Amino acid sequence: MWALYLPLLIPALALVAARPLADRLEPRLATWLLTSAIVALAACSTAALALLAAFAAARMPVLAALGGYSQSTMKRFDPIPASTGAVAGLALAGAALAVMLIFRKRARALAVSYRRAAGLGGHDSIVVVPGPDIDAYALPGRPGRIVVSGCLLDRLDQGHQAALIAHERAHLTGRHHLFASVAHLAAAAHPLLLPAAQAVDYTLERWADERAAAVTGNRRLVAETIGQVALLSPPRRAWTPGAILAAAGPLGRHVSVAWAGPVPRRVAALLTAPPRRRTLLVAACAAIVLLAGVSALEAARDLHTLVELAQAGS
Amino acid sequence: MLEPGPRRAEDRPPGGARRPAGALEAEVLGILRDADGPLNPGEVRERIAGGPHSELSYSTVVTIVSRLYDKGLLARQRAGRGFTYTPVDEATLAASRMNQALGSGTNRDTVLSRFVSGLSDRDAWLLRRLLADDPDASPGGRDREEDGRPAGRP
Repeated sequence: MWALYLPLLIPALALVAARPLADRLEPRLATWLLTSAIVALAACSTAALALLAAFAAARMPVLAALGGYSQSTMKRFDPIPASTGAVAGLALAGAALAVMLIFRKRARALAVSYRRAAGLGGHDSIVVVPGPDIDAYALPGRPGRIVVSGCLLDRLDQGHQAALIAHERAHLTGRHHLFASVAHLAAAAHPLLLPAAQAVDYTLERWADERAAAVTGNRRLVAETIGQVALLSPPRRAWTPGAILAAAGPLGRHVSVAWAGPVPRRVAALLTAPPRRRTLLVAACAAIVLLAGVSALEAARDLHTLVELAQAGS
Repeated sequence: MLEPGPRRAEDRPPGGARRPAGALEAEVLGILRDADGPLNPGEVRERIAGGPHSELSYSTVVTIVSRLYDKGLLARQRAGRGFTYTPVDEATLAASRMNQALGSGTNRDTVLSRFVSGLSDRDAWLLRRLLADDPDASPGGRDREEDGRPAGRP
């Protein structure tokens, strides 16, 4: 029953392809593509689980009576054993629970954000926070706020300040928090989709970077700003593949930027030419997502056919 | 480690009546703000001796600074068997209020888009190399001091 299992396995491709796609496609396109793909794959995988459960449940005498079909005929031709159906049912419940928990977490965080943004008072979108921390972020709300620590602003000259503000403003006007929330919410339905949601977080930063580069007219300026702020921020211990390879001595030093964390990758992307059009990649993506959809539909059709067969046999 | 005190809801004086304690607290706070460094309650009492409230007992002073600490207006550190006190500056007060409202780390990062997250050592090394290697450096680029501050600024 390939039609039933394919939608459950295709997210493995999303796992492998997410980061390469995020690195090669133009960020706005990448964000839309990845987010839509995650939603579509999550829907197909959930549908597949539901159908697996339905196939197994169809063996039950109660449903045979309700549906007016022969239980014995159904049992003879039903390809899904009861045990598999039970596992699928459990997985479905797990996915539903995960989505609800993520929804609650995100909704609460968003409410806090809106409340705080409104509470900051006044109509200025830029709020300077005094204090020793180095921090800058966009706070979604009505109105949205850009919060920057005074300490950080003092360390940047006008050009770099402008780049920083332009980046954060791009997050607010583009409503990027919605993309992130939708991506993570959908990804909760299938564990293999999580790296794709993380890739969306990255492409959203790249999108804001490119907007800032367009506004300031200087890609290198934005790259420098990212670098300066990053080097001023407190360090973090991370076991990225690059970090592990670096521990391997001189050989590790030649590891490419592709293995690094998001910050060097963003800077590297801004120091090179903007990503070019990759119609083939986008088409391949769309084809794979379509395949998942078609599989799910095919599986639904198979169930329908099976029930009809059993009805004829009664 | 300096620790600002906790803030409690019941610190507001009732109605609009000004209690004598409010004026005392204001004076103690003023003394600590004018001082060059941390003061213990004894030193605070000495400095009050010259002013309008000269007859304060040591225990009264201790009560006042403890109350100010509980309100979050003073920070304290251990000195011998007692404490010395410093005023919490406006900046840190504002920042800590903001941070409290936004909640803990994971909650913040859910909807906030931080400009940059922390760097690992490996990433920091890579970053420095990327920004140093670029052939068309901006005119101000090479003039930066180590910590990113533009050269020539005070």
